[in-house]
Amino acid sequence: MEAIQQLKPKDYRSDIPPIWCAGCGDYGVLASLTTALSVNNVSPVDTVLVSGIGCSSRLPYFVTTFGMHTCHGRSIPIATGIKLARPELRVIVVGGDGDHFSIGGGHLPHVARKNIDLTLIVMDNSIYGLTKGQASPTSRGGMVTTTTPHGSPDVPLNPIAYALVYGATFVAQSFSSNTKLTADLIGQAMNHKGFAFINVISPCPTFNKLDTFEYYKPLLKNIDDIHTDKGDKVKAMSLALTMGRESAEVPIGLFYQEKRPSYVDMLTAIKIKNKGTNKPDLEKIIDVFRP
Amino acid sequence: MAKDIVVRIGGEGGEGVISTGDMLARSSARAGLEVLTSKTFPAEIKGGYAMYQFRVSAEKILSHGDTFNIFVAFNKEAYEVNKGQLRPGTVLVYDGPGGDIEPEPIEGVIQYQIPMTRISKVDLGSPISKNMVALGAVVELFSFPMESLKELVSNKFKRKGEDVVNVNIKALDSGAEYVRSNIKKTDVFYVQPQKSGQDSIILSGNEAIGLGALVAGCSFFSCYPITPATEIANWLAKYLPKANGVVVQAEDEIASLGHVIGASYAGAKAMTGTSGPGLDLMTELLGFASMAELPIVIADVQRGGPSTGLPTKSEQSDLFLAARGGHGDFPRIVLAAATIEDCFYLTIDAFNLAEKYQMPVIILSDGSLAFRTEKISRPDISKINIVNREIYSGNGGYQRYEVTDSGISPMSLPGQSGGRYIATGLEHSETAAPKYSDEYHTRMTEKRFKKIANIEDEYSASEWDGNGSADVGIISWGLTQCSVREAVKRCRVAGLSVSALYPKLVFPVPVKAIRRFASTVKKVLIPEVNYQGQFAELITAHAGINLIRYNIYGGESFTPDQIESKIKEVI
Repeated sequence: MEAIQQLKPKDYRSDIPPIWCAGCGDYGVLASLTTALSVNNVSPVDTVLVSGIGCSSRLPYFVTTFGMHTCHGRSIPIATGIKLARPELRVIVVGGDGDHFSIGGGHLPHVARKNIDLTLIVMDNSIYGLTKGQASPTSRGGMVTTTTPHGSPDVPLNPIAYALVYGATFVAQSFSSNTKLTADLIGQAMNHKGFAFINVISPCPTFNKLDTFEYYKPLLKNIDDIHTDKGDKVKAMSLALTMGRESAEVPIGLFYQEKRPSYVDMLTAIKIKNKGTNKPDLEKIIDVFRP
Repeated sequence: MAKDIVVRIGGEGGEGVISTGDMLARSSARAGLEVLTSKTFPAEIKGGYAMYQFRVSAEKILSHGDTFNIFVAFNKEAYEVNKGQLRPGTVLVYDGPGGDIEPEPIEGVIQYQIPMTRISKVDLGSPISKNMVALGAVVELFSFPMESLKELVSNKFKRKGEDVVNVNIKALDSGAEYVRSNIKKTDVFYVQPQKSGQDSIILSGNEAIGLGALVAGCSFFSCYPITPATEIANWLAKYLPKANGVVVQAEDEIASLGHVIGASYAGAKAMTGTSGPGLDLMTELLGFASMAELPIVIADVQRGGPSTGLPTKSEQSDLFLAARGGHGDFPRIVLAAATIEDCFYLTIDAFNLAEKYQMPVIILSDGSLAFRTEKISRPDISKINIVNREIYSGNGGYQRYEVTDSGISPMSLPGQSGGRYIATGLEHSETAAPKYSDEYHTRMTEKRFKKIANIEDEYSASEWDGNGSADVGIISWGLTQCSVREAVKRCRVAGLSVSALYPKLVFPVPVKAIRRFASTVKKVLIPEVNYQGQFAELITAHAGINLIRYNIYGGESFTPDQIESKIKEVI
């Protein structure tokens, strides 16, 4: 790791300006991320930001870390490859609800149960923005969009409940304009050993006229007021299942945290058990095939 | 006296058919003989009938042969399945009296009845020793090397204690003794063990790919289980940790190639192993790796397709997918293995090419190559050339996708100061910033293809068998080569004028070598195990050569007989 002077949040911003619409929730997440990187004195060259496809997946271009802007839904496996090949790197995945709960939804259970040491920040706006407004996996039922002119027939999925059931060891939710909480949660997630998931509700002012800042403001509730034992998974699940985007309160903060050996820990143990070396005795291995 | 023999052993799964065959083959290899084995499995998980076949000879074996010479039947089902293939001159060794086989006399087929079950049950009081009794009898009948077999058996059972070793050795001796006292040998088959000064190894195609990866410096392998490729992962999972490497089982093939891409971006030599259905799923990320210019290696162990197709059979039908699969224009390299040695050396080549050109390299193997084992010369590691990607060495003003004369631009790795860039699937500028203009897409597409514009001069991997002109020239890729080599040899003995070209680089099509070759022969024949003539079509498109196609597509590979007949037909 490179020894660096503490950088300010703006020092983590590249010279490429964001392409997002004015008022996009993703700005708040970008600001929170650079704050968290600064507060935690993170070395940009030892950090890789990985994204898929979508408005929010453009984020890696706007920061000074290494990065990969990959295919739709595939940021999790690609980030996993980076982390397992080079465990000393800090790997952060960013993307949207379409990327992580729809096209790439099949990867979430496995990154969670394997407890891969990654931080996943989902900018959840309940709409497909880059393709100009189609129902997403977290869009509410009945929502009228370009592909659902008669109202969406789908029931929205519950990201927090999923993450808990899949076995994620750090599960949190935030709201994009609350940059203090978001930056704080990103910091905690980066320091968490294993897979950390933060769902950041990030309204889309252009294509989602339902899930707006104004709509959410009165519903948001600090989870610490009602849930202090972060190891209580049943309570966390109960809160996740009862939170409603349509009526009930929406808790933000840390839902759940658990200590469990990470995948990197397991791999390290396997290497030690096999007396792993960077210069293996190839002749001895070839000997296995002597008749 | 016939010294080049194909032995087939058939029986109930769990009766030791596979281990019996394996021990015979290995002990023969130990005794200096050349060996090539093949197994066939039913696609079903629980199947009664198991079969093991091997060819043994004092001389280099080119293919699996045409048919078997000796059939050892452990039970009735095995006999019934194979009796149609018993031709005059073949030998049947079967369990009886006391077994369930009552063979009909077949004209010209020599039958040896060995009471395998009775000797093991009654004489030895060890019902599970039936296969060892059979083994002893076969050794005695055809002069297999008993000494090296006993050595092998002792080593194999050493861990289970001296008693177990002794029971097995006794069973071997009883089988041999029965033959000496009761059987009068009337067939012509003998193996002739010989002292070989050469150090050799015996391994399967899948194991050879795994070993090749390890030797090439692969430190990351991710996969999703799929027949017939899984054994690559099985082997690497055992040995890669010894090289501080990682083997991951992913949730699907998309994820496994994703893992590989991430690991490569981070600096590791990374690989996945799969079969056609898996490669289908990987095609989007294949394009990403080529666009982002990341070195990756994919082994595609082909099976019969399309869809689920014939999971346990072989076809050469993934060439279009490997060479052409994926949307958009992007370069990739495809190599095709024909032998166990190819599986090893071409895997190393695949890593070297991927590292050099910073792009995906696909190595095509197939189901029969995956499972067959063959004795090969022990590789000399000191003579193997290993290539590593060119790493950026400056500090400042880094352009990841700098347009160079070769098209290849130095890569930086995370952690490297001054090397920061975003690897992207979007069209981009030299500094990896998104750019969609006509100018950039043209320039960058040309840059990516330029890297392999001269690959045929830089990586010559076509073997030309022949000198001067010939009446018929055969172009053969992949597994079909084995039977072609044997057929060419036979045709030459018969006085026919035949030459052959064996390309290992199949895409980009080695146009120069193919045109040179075609100009020396009157007719070009191309046999392939696929319906569409996939390589023939690529050759016609790229080299403009007219070809005589010969295609079979039943899931089995060509026999030398089939190729020989075809050569005689077209000449």
